[in-house]
Amino acid sequence: MAESQIKPLTLNFGPQHPAAHGVLRLVMEMDGEIVERADPHIGLLHRGTEKLIEHKTYLQAVPYFDRLDYVAPMCQEHAYALAVEKLLGIEVPKRGQYIRVLFSELSRILNHILNITTFALDVGAMTPLLWGFEEREFLMEFYERASGARLHAAYFRPGGVHQDLPEGMIEDVAKWAEKFPDFVEDMEHLLTNNRIFKQRTVDIGMVNQDEAQSLGFTGPCIRASGLPWDLRKSQPYDAYSEMDFDIPIGKTGDCYARYLVRVEEMRQSLRIINQCIENMPEGPVKSTDNKIAPPKRSDMKKSMEALIHHFKLYTEGYHVPPGETYSAVEAPKGEFAVYLVSDGSNKPYRCKIRAPGFAFLSAMNYLSKGHMLADTVAIIGSLDIVFGEIDR
Amino acid sequence: MSNSEIKEPLDELAKYIETNLGDSLLSIEWEKDELVLRTQRQTLITVMAFLKDDSKCLFKTLVDLCGVDYPEDEDRLEVVYNLLSLKRNMRIRVKVRTDTASAVPSLSNLFLSAEWNEREAWDMYGIFFSDHPDLRRLLTDYGFEGHPLRKDFPLTGYVEVRYDDEQKRVVYDPVKLTQEFRTFDFLSPWEGAESNLPVLNENTGESKEGDG
Repeated sequence: MAESQIKPLTLNFGPQHPAAHGVLRLVMEMDGEIVERADPHIGLLHRGTEKLIEHKTYLQAVPYFDRLDYVAPMCQEHAYALAVEKLLGIEVPKRGQYIRVLFSELSRILNHILNITTFALDVGAMTPLLWGFEEREFLMEFYERASGARLHAAYFRPGGVHQDLPEGMIEDVAKWAEKFPDFVEDMEHLLTNNRIFKQRTVDIGMVNQDEAQSLGFTGPCIRASGLPWDLRKSQPYDAYSEMDFDIPIGKTGDCYARYLVRVEEMRQSLRIINQCIENMPEGPVKSTDNKIAPPKRSDMKKSMEALIHHFKLYTEGYHVPPGETYSAVEAPKGEFAVYLVSDGSNKPYRCKIRAPGFAFLSAMNYLSKGHMLADTVAIIGSLDIVFGEIDR
Repeated sequence: MSNSEIKEPLDELAKYIETNLGDSLLSIEWEKDELVLRTQRQTLITVMAFLKDDSKCLFKTLVDLCGVDYPEDEDRLEVVYNLLSLKRNMRIRVKVRTDTASAVPSLSNLFLSAEWNEREAWDMYGIFFSDHPDLRRLLTDYGFEGHPLRKDFPLTGYVEVRYDDEQKRVVYDPVKLTQEFRTFDFLSPWEGAESNLPVLNENTGESKEGDG
């Protein structure tokens, strides 16, 4: 029989696929079950966040950041708050910094629980997801107690945090932190030495150090390739320079290494949380400059000046001196940064959002070439992709 | 990290870059503690290749690339490259000006991450990158027209989508606003109506008892 050339099959993965972690349309050219080319089509969740921010005052822009990576909302606000503070040239009081670090780390655990468990679900393990979401609920209760909202917190604001923690909350976080290691242990029992999980993840989607840098990888994904790079250590912001913690790194740069790094990061986050609880200073939680941060409600009852400040802040907002900055934080997924250009008015002139997931997804073609179709699912899961931040 | 800790090595680097790249640069500036290089389209590749490969720089990661629009200028579009060196733990920013007709050389041969970022800049600002392997739109809808992040593009856009029950498909209509688009001008008539910058700076620096 004469040999015939078979045309590669074009396969549409998504935009509605449970393993696509959102609205990803992946157009793949397949040679049998081998991926020859993967072309992610994104933008199905594009809401024009950057354009909208240009039309809002600096304070009104904060809630948009919750809606980017909705899995760990407060870390996004953190980058924005740091950028505005840098342009304004203001300092955040110590207690405000500690609360921010505390909640950044709670967000990190929030993110890693979701990522690890959904990743496990994608490759066939269902139980971790059910256990993990219970833990996430505890954390979101802390969010709710501090800010009033489980997800869209708008809690970190330029100048500090919106309000002080309610009484008794720190003790409850400490209680939770005592029993959380048991959960991590249980989850590891299910996954780390699980034969099926390892077969699906070991040696899949490998990235070496040079490629990882060129692809713009940051966060757990670059650490899994063996580069000990963490902005909390190398370019510390807020109170991170006072914290004692280690940076876990992987050796192989495959999906399994990315999983292991995230598990260990949860334990390190817990260390930071415990240090925050122990050393939580007293004092104000936001800047005392009433031209930036609103005055106390009680002051407004007595002081005319406080009332005027409040009125001005919630109508005109504050003016930010002209300048620009690129401020980055180590968000759970990687380097999340805000490039903010101010023209001296009360609205940002340009606010570019640098999302870590954007770089990861752009590497999709590179990572999945030559792998089987089922491996792309493992790769997407291990890269920790959330469409809120990629599409913006 | 304290201010001097970041600034000192960057200061040295600025001098080093000036001696080696002086001809290709328009200026070397400081934005607080961040180093900003300005260059031209023709020399961009030289500058970037130097920053990436020189042993004193090693900016191997292009963390971010974005456009900015200044409609009142002749070269209205600006491309901003944010580079990161893991080895030296430093950041640097490179800027290039361009107009809507001229192409900026693509960096996709130097940095793998440039490919998608340039597609985004093309989509959002209409900045054309020459030698780009695959310059398609990235974030907007299939068949979208215009470049939404330009300052002259309206916030509400030009078209809206709805499902047409008769044609049994999604159709595009011109935007109809049920309520007039409102921009509130909250700027106080006494200060900063036309972003009067030196005056503003004084005000923010003032202590609490201002005019409020």
